[in-house]
Amino acid sequence: MECAFAITGKDFVLIASDMSAGRSIIQMKSNENKITPVGPNLAMACGGEPGDTSRFADYVDRNLRLYHIRNNFPLPPPSAASWVRRILAESIRSRSPYAVNVLLGGFDTTTSKPHLYWLDYLGTKADIPYAAQGVGMYVTLSTMDKWWYENIERREALDVLNKCVDEVKKRVTIKFDFNCVLIDKDGVHSLDLKSQDPIAELEAKVAAMKPSDPEPIIPSSDAPAIAAA
Amino acid sequence: MARRYDSRTTIFSPEGRLYQVEYAMEAISHAGTVLAVLSKEGIAIAAEKKVTGKLLDLSLAPGGEGMGGEGAEAWMGGGGEKIFLLNNNILAGLAGITSDANSLVNFARNRAQQYLFSYNEDIPVELLVQRLCDMKQGYTQFGGLRPFGVSLIYIGWDALYGFQLYQSDPSGNYSGWKATCIGANHSSATSLLKQDYKDDLSLEDAKSLCLKTMSKTMDSIKLSSEKLEFATMTLHPETGQPLAKIYRPSELDELLRTLELGGTKEEQIGVGEGTGGGGGGEGNVAMST
Repeated sequence: MECAFAITGKDFVLIASDMSAGRSIIQMKSNENKITPVGPNLAMACGGEPGDTSRFADYVDRNLRLYHIRNNFPLPPPSAASWVRRILAESIRSRSPYAVNVLLGGFDTTTSKPHLYWLDYLGTKADIPYAAQGVGMYVTLSTMDKWWYENIERREALDVLNKCVDEVKKRVTIKFDFNCVLIDKDGVHSLDLKSQDPIAELEAKVAAMKPSDPEPIIPSSDAPAIAAA
Repeated sequence: MARRYDSRTTIFSPEGRLYQVEYAMEAISHAGTVLAVLSKEGIAIAAEKKVTGKLLDLSLAPGGEGMGGEGAEAWMGGGGEKIFLLNNNILAGLAGITSDANSLVNFARNRAQQYLFSYNEDIPVELLVQRLCDMKQGYTQFGGLRPFGVSLIYIGWDALYGFQLYQSDPSGNYSGWKATCIGANHSSATSLLKQDYKDDLSLEDAKSLCLKTMSKTMDSIKLSSEKLEFATMTLHPETGQPLAKIYRPSELDELLRTLELGGTKEEQIGVGEGTGGGGGGEGNVAMST
């Protein structure tokens, strides 16, 4: 039982995902991070079979990092999405398929464009401006249909995202907590949805770190962006 | 007894050299010259065809009349004997043993398609160069096989680094250049390029520098499509996508005439000179039409 959604804007992608972990009607954890950074400017929200999701996220992360190390540049988001889709398509035809659904968002630093891909465990890939996965699909797509527009700015996009979160809280029986990342040219940043102005906090953080220490070229899976809430 | 040598073609000599690799490079320095010049607007590559003899029937062979074209047509028309399209964004000029070269071209095309299959994007230029060089290096190390007797010049474009020009040799080394040359007379051609290369060349300048240097390096005074292959890599003016152009014989001759480097059939040059037309380019234009 999961819920994730993502929105692209002018020069960024927002991804939000629920943080619940459990089986059947029992919730065992409400702060499980389901969004993994899989590149300097690429992150993935994984939903589906709980064990598969973390293993799949790890597999993608490490393979993309290997590509980065071998070739001295990260795989751009469109190529990464094609590759992830291929893995899922091969997986569904194997003895032990990954049962995962993915929202892959990234910022292409070569073309300066944000990208968002919706992928499911069957190996479907769709390149779309906003997307939802899991139970959230039924209630948030219409919200995004109404409020999203092209080249939307960060604060406005975050408003749309919060509207989606509210909609889920209003309409879905299960209680979810959400965490959120923003991906732009500077990297993958976590946003605190509960704070007053997360974008201002992010801007301050980026401004503070920019002159002295640029983002590490190769992201380490445990260090940046997302600390489990 | 012979086994001792056969299986050890690529071991170090007591002086610390790999003779087989050096011999392969020696073989290449007798092959037809290939020369390329990089500019910000695109890359030009020219290759010398060694004319084998009058009786050789080239009418159906690659490099015949149907050769060349632009974009998708470059695939249809194909290259000649020396210049090949490896992928939509990469052209290569080869110097060395033709049969080895064919096998490398096939390998490169396969790798480029594999990349496209995995990532749905054209392979970055340096990555393809690396793939080929990994393969070439393998043959300098494992016994019983000889190295590839081929040097390549790669010209290409990718979104990451734009236009790029690389050269690789039988040892598996590769390097990036602004202008470079392989094959016969490569050292004299390189020093000519060193003199004349400027950083702010336009594509037209690059084409002209490429062909002018070629004409100084080759034995014959007048160039023509019979002895030369020529191609460019540019960006499509509308789509911004890489555009390979392999010149058709007629297009190359026209270019050579505008640069006053030849572009006429050899007999005609003889007639032109004989009738007092002089060596001037304009005389030749008149002759060929």
